[in-house]
Amino acid sequence: MPTPEVLLALAIVVSLTTYAVLGGADFGAGVWDLLATGRTAARQRETIARAIAPVWEANHVWLILVVTALFSGFPSAFALIAIHLHIPLTLMLIGIVFRGSAFVFRAYGSTQKTTKGRWGRVFGGASLVTPLLLGTTVGAITEGKIPLGTSSVLESFVLPWVTPFSLAVGVFTLALFAFLAAVYLTVAAGEKDVCDAFRIRAMGAALSVAALATIVFLLAGDAPHVRNGLWHTPWAAPLQLATASSGVAAFSLLWSREYRWARLAAVAQVALIVWGWALAQYPFLVRPHVTITDAAAPRTVLILLLQAMAVGAVVLIPALLYLFHLFAPKATPTRP
Amino acid sequence: MDSLFAARAQMGLSLAFHIVFAVIGMAMPVMMVIAEALWLRTGDEEYLHLTKRWAKGTAVFFAVGAVSGTVLSFELGLLWPQFMAWAGPIIGMPFSLEGFAFFLEGIFLGIYLYGWDRVGRIAHLIAGLFVAAGGALSGMFVVTANAWMNTPAGFRLVDGQAVDIDPMAAMLNPAAGPQIVHMLLAAYAAVGIAVAGIHARLLRLSPRSLFHRRALTVALLVGLPPCIVQPLSGDWAARVVAATQPAKFAAMEGQFASEAHAPLRLGGVPDAASRTTRFAIEIPGGLSWLAHRDPSARVVGLNDIPERDWPPVALVHLSFQVMVAIGLVLAAVTLWAAWLLARGRLFTSPAFLRTLTLCIPLGFIAVEAGWCVTELGRQPWIIHQVMRTAEAVTPMPGLAMTFALFTAIYIGLAVVVTTVMRRQILQTARPRGHAHS
Repeated sequence: MPTPEVLLALAIVVSLTTYAVLGGADFGAGVWDLLATGRTAARQRETIARAIAPVWEANHVWLILVVTALFSGFPSAFALIAIHLHIPLTLMLIGIVFRGSAFVFRAYGSTQKTTKGRWGRVFGGASLVTPLLLGTTVGAITEGKIPLGTSSVLESFVLPWVTPFSLAVGVFTLALFAFLAAVYLTVAAGEKDVCDAFRIRAMGAALSVAALATIVFLLAGDAPHVRNGLWHTPWAAPLQLATASSGVAAFSLLWSREYRWARLAAVAQVALIVWGWALAQYPFLVRPHVTITDAAAPRTVLILLLQAMAVGAVVLIPALLYLFHLFAPKATPTRP
Repeated sequence: MDSLFAARAQMGLSLAFHIVFAVIGMAMPVMMVIAEALWLRTGDEEYLHLTKRWAKGTAVFFAVGAVSGTVLSFELGLLWPQFMAWAGPIIGMPFSLEGFAFFLEGIFLGIYLYGWDRVGRIAHLIAGLFVAAGGALSGMFVVTANAWMNTPAGFRLVDGQAVDIDPMAAMLNPAAGPQIVHMLLAAYAAVGIAVAGIHARLLRLSPRSLFHRRALTVALLVGLPPCIVQPLSGDWAARVVAATQPAKFAAMEGQFASEAHAPLRLGGVPDAASRTTRFAIEIPGGLSWLAHRDPSARVVGLNDIPERDWPPVALVHLSFQVMVAIGLVLAAVTLWAAWLLARGRLFTSPAFLRTLTLCIPLGFIAVEAGWCVTELGRQPWIIHQVMRTAEAVTPMPGLAMTFALFTAIYIGLAVVVTTVMRRQILQTARPRGHAHS
């Protein structure tokens, strides 16, 4: 039986994975709204708005859960992250604010096309910037340049995250969310030509995900423990294999227009990437100094948190599934 | 601007901004559910139109409330990491439970706003109930965490470390009960009255509009009854403050000298330098009676508390007076409304409708003033008598810049939200169908 702190860390990874798979796709959808081109551009945007509107607020609560679990269960790790990654986190926050506000202002504000267009661009731009910063933050936590103790302003607040590796993880995250969103949108789109538009985008994004994954892996050479975790541990090979396979599967299923299966493969791929990262990080929360055990809150607190999460999950997951079921796209896309 | 001041200013501004949207998010679902229930019961289509109209505005407020709430949850860590590192395990529970309450709200709000055609009538109403419940619960939990900062419980202090942490005992701290009741009542009162005031104005422009009458009925139902209970809840809250936070209480009341038969001061300007409160109307023995139910009881004054532990006295006192004054005004308006209702003149008294319109901002001003009392009154502590705010702030420099940035963002959001809402309200002002009584 794993210790309470390991269980809580697992719960956090589950929340993070769910955030990536749900909230991440919302960001990706915003990117496609910004980049909508071609004959079907207007209908692409309609599909996106229709898909996100009922679920985006619920989807983003997973991030709040990650943050609260972190500061309740692993307070010293939380403080370290909050201090040294203040800048990317603040920028990410601004992105979140602009994204949510612009989305709702576009929907409920002025009906003039130019105003809607402007809010749309704010929404799209914020949707593009936020995953970059989220990924950079995760990259910084992984790479291990966060100092313990006092150091210069540059070393404390800038260098930990302005590194090729961290920034590459940022771009990778953006590509991943865009890929995921495009796959979802092939299912959500009601007409064949809109489906096809998202299909091409999904396949393009899939290729960039593969390329960026390679770049991130190569840059991880500067942080040997990362390379180690991703490559040399006993479970690394099967995990990398599974991730790559689901990526290939997603691509081929997109090619053959099996969109619902492609969606499953894409979700699997994203989940495996997050879990691969988490397992490579283990037992560290913040490299190179802070492990799960180091940062853990007292046992009574951890157990209470786990119990609360369990009760919450039992109550809320059925509700969430009900929400998705209610707004699931219809079985077959109609001819235009 | 030094970092500590910038951090305080940013946190304060973020809280002041968010609370407006939070109370709307708590109260509007209650009003929409009541309207929808009345539609189901009476078949009066105006109630259905009302629910749908209110839903459109609510969606905007919910979204801005959600993102500004996300800002606050991040700012807890970004601005006060030492506080979070120390207190996180102790008050993590109410924050996590608040997260679940948000889930409840978010999920069922999606169903409520977008699922009109996808679920049955009763299911839709129940979804609305869950949104309202989620709103009340999230308010309860976050206020519980704030109350803990005023009356910390659920741990022992040994060499500056917290040991024997008991998160459940932390949640059941002495200030939690009164603060929760006071905040919930304040939210429903402020929003109910503001919405009533808006519809009162529109009713005066279209006196025979059934739509606005229905709106006024529901809004007053939610907004006025809390105003009668609020002075009682305020009294409870103040007595707990008198017992647990003497410096805050003394500042609230402008009480410098410790004395028996302490007078109740109405108005007045405290002067920290001369340690007096001038220009107040004093009711002898009033404060001793209110605080301890005994006119000869001794009330601790600021003179017996070291100055380094004083909150900003004038600001706390002024905020408190503003809040109580508004509370009494709204209670009086409620009594007037009850009298008019008994005479069947609630919708036809121009004086009452005009007064309601003037009352639109009052509840919100009272909410902001009340939060100033409790937050400024707790200074210089971030955890009362355990940790000072100055010890909790992040070492990150340049906070003046982020403060300026967020101030600009909040101003921008406020402008846009006002514009969007004004357009929506003007749309309801245009005569729709001719619904004559």
